[in-house]
Amino acid sequence: MSAPGPLLRVRDLCVTFPARRGRPPVRAVDHVSFDIEPGQTLGLVGESGSGKTTTGRAILQLQPASGGSVRLLGQELTAMRRADLRAMRRHMQFVLQNPYSSLHPRMTVAQILAEPLTVHRSVPRERIPERVAELMTLVGMDPKVVHRYPHEFSGGQRQRVVIARALAVNPDFVVCDEPVSALDVRTQAQIVDLLHSLQEKLRLSYLFIAHDLAIVRAVAHRVAVMYGGRLVELGDAARVYDSPAHPYTRNLLDAVPIPDPARQRAKLAEAAPEPQFRGRDGETGPCVFGEDHAASGTPAWHEVAPGHGVSCRFWPPGACPGQELPRI
Amino acid sequence: MDDPRALLQVRDLTAQFNRDGVPSRVVNGISFDIAPGEAVGFVGESGCGKSVTARAIMRLAPEGSSVAWGGRILFRGRDLLRIEEREMRDMRGRRIAMVFQDPMTSLNPVMTVGAQIDDMLCRHAGLSRRAARRRTVELLGLVGIRDPALRADDHPHQFSGGMRQRVLIAIAVSCQPDLLIADEPTTALDVTVQAQILRLLMRLGRELGMALMLITHDFGVIAGMVERVYVMHGGDIVESGEVDALFAGPQHPYTRALLAAVPRIETAGRTT
Ligand SMILES: Nc1ncnc2c1ncn2[C@@H]1O[C@H](COP(=O)(O)OP(=O)(O)OP(=O)(O)O)[C@@H](O)[C@H]1O
Ligand SMILES: Nc1ncnc2c1ncn2[C@@H]1O[C@H](COP(=O)(O)OP(=O)(O)OP(=O)(O)O)[C@@H](O)[C@H]1O
Ligand SMILES: [Mg+2]
Ligand SMILES: [Mg+2]
Repeated sequence: MSAPGPLLRVRDLCVTFPARRGRPPVRAVDHVSFDIEPGQTLGLVGESGSGKTTTGRAILQLQPASGGSVRLLGQELTAMRRADLRAMRRHMQFVLQNPYSSLHPRMTVAQILAEPLTVHRSVPRERIPERVAELMTLVGMDPKVVHRYPHEFSGGQRQRVVIARALAVNPDFVVCDEPVSALDVRTQAQIVDLLHSLQEKLRLSYLFIAHDLAIVRAVAHRVAVMYGGRLVELGDAARVYDSPAHPYTRNLLDAVPIPDPARQRAKLAEAAPEPQFRGRDGETGPCVFGEDHAASGTPAWHEVAPGHGVSCRFWPPGACPGQELPRI
Repeated sequence: MDDPRALLQVRDLTAQFNRDGVPSRVVNGISFDIAPGEAVGFVGESGCGKSVTARAIMRLAPEGSSVAWGGRILFRGRDLLRIEEREMRDMRGRRIAMVFQDPMTSLNPVMTVGAQIDDMLCRHAGLSRRAARRRTVELLGLVGIRDPALRADDHPHQFSGGMRQRVLIAIAVSCQPDLLIADEPTTALDVTVQAQILRLLMRLGRELGMALMLITHDFGVIAGMVERVYVMHGGDIVESGEVDALFAGPQHPYTRALLAAVPRIETAGRTT
């Protein structure tokens, strides 16, 4: 089932939650576009509530998109029939943000891990216990505890069960939504190593959603930054971290806590920087790059370097790309 | 040993589950103190007993399990493991509040977010419905929810993971408890919103004398927030001390290993 081109191609993906009494509809994902190549990881970071989880859900067709296209392995998912989609699910998996509520409380870990194996018939029935034990070992857990229920585990242990379940069927593409946020730094490093080695062995691709920018830097080839439902910056990890082009990306990088008590205390004592954004929708006239998008009909997106794009919306007043931006 | 200054004194706390018919101990007799207004951090590897310890102070067994606690938990001199359930219920929420590690399981899925905070305020702070809603909207704004008056009418599933986590924080601080237990309270927050929440918690400590028991895997968060740190490993406290001393010279090999594993973002000149 291989196809030329990227493993995943997302174009102008939109998700709108319908209007409810007295309030307008919520556009949670607004024209999001990106590619993920086989064996590559795209890190997705951004403000809490900016639409990261919804993007992941819409790609996996767990949430209807209101517009745009999602192609996985060359096949359009948004228009796919249910039966075909069910077959595609073997190729794409989700590590959910919320480990506890995503595990069935009355199933043992053995049953939880066996379920996808049975559904997708990925191993013969008699080999299932063996594969379950293998998966537990893979995520650093003792296979002897498989007969326990989810509530008998700590937060981090549950998160590892969720990761093991996603990996059970050897998918090609995994959306990892905060996969290591409940883990201590040593277990985090172990899971990150695991994701790396699987990627090398199986050419797995990940959409890696996380708030920990150090972890994202460690795992992602490319990084996308989301704010208010849109991508505001997208580029190679090193470029985005070392030469962030959008003010929100800078805000984010500046706010990373420092594991040094004196410096971190001083940082928290400073007032929080307020992002000063302009360039809202409907604004006419030239953007900070001097282009009038309303007149030319072009997207408000600019390449500042090969493969490094940035939105010209939400720039602070007076700021000019390519120039040192004022601290905000 | 009985420091009159202490708000919370935990002595020889044990916790034991029944696993496969065999008792298994996950907290092995730990002791620690928290003074009024003090912020104390708990770190340690996944499964070492942090959440079980925190829940013992609330006297809440994990859902669907029974747990046997031993030792003493003195809160303003009252032993929480021995008081009547009625007195304990009164403690929860009003004197001691907790932000649980899993936000979804501690929110009611069929009630709006606002109604859940209103309830808390009516029950524990004695506010009228109307006054409660005003305060609820204010609290949602404080934790950085945009359009709080509108969003108060949303149900939990209409919130993002980090927004739910902030709702839990709003509920926990709503009645101005003497002690806030926060179990991984910012894991679902981006670093700018996280900083906003951390500043809020610090302000509550300063202005209202709220003590904080902060459990987190994030050493950057620990560094800026707490005065003292307890390091747990396999159900024991293996090291404790002032935060500066602990970061500068960790004594226990396990603490050293943890600090060495802290991921660092190499953006020289950026994070300063
Ligand atoms: N309901 C339960 N029944 C049986 N064992 C349990 C139960 N809850 C927790 N445990 C066990 O108790 C130990 C301590 O769990 P706890 O939740 O306190 O860990 P933790 O330090 O909070 O870890 P994490 O950082 O992963 O949240 C773990 O080994 C866990 O498997
Ligand atoms: N089922 C829903 N109905 C209505 N609005 C929703 C629904 N699900 C999400 N939203 C809204 O869509 C926006 C994006 O939510 P999403 O969960 O994608 O954010 P996120 O970037 O994953 O945030 P976090 O980092 O906090 O997890 C939020 O404003 C949220 O309230
Ligand atoms: Mg999310
Ligand atoms: Mg825990």
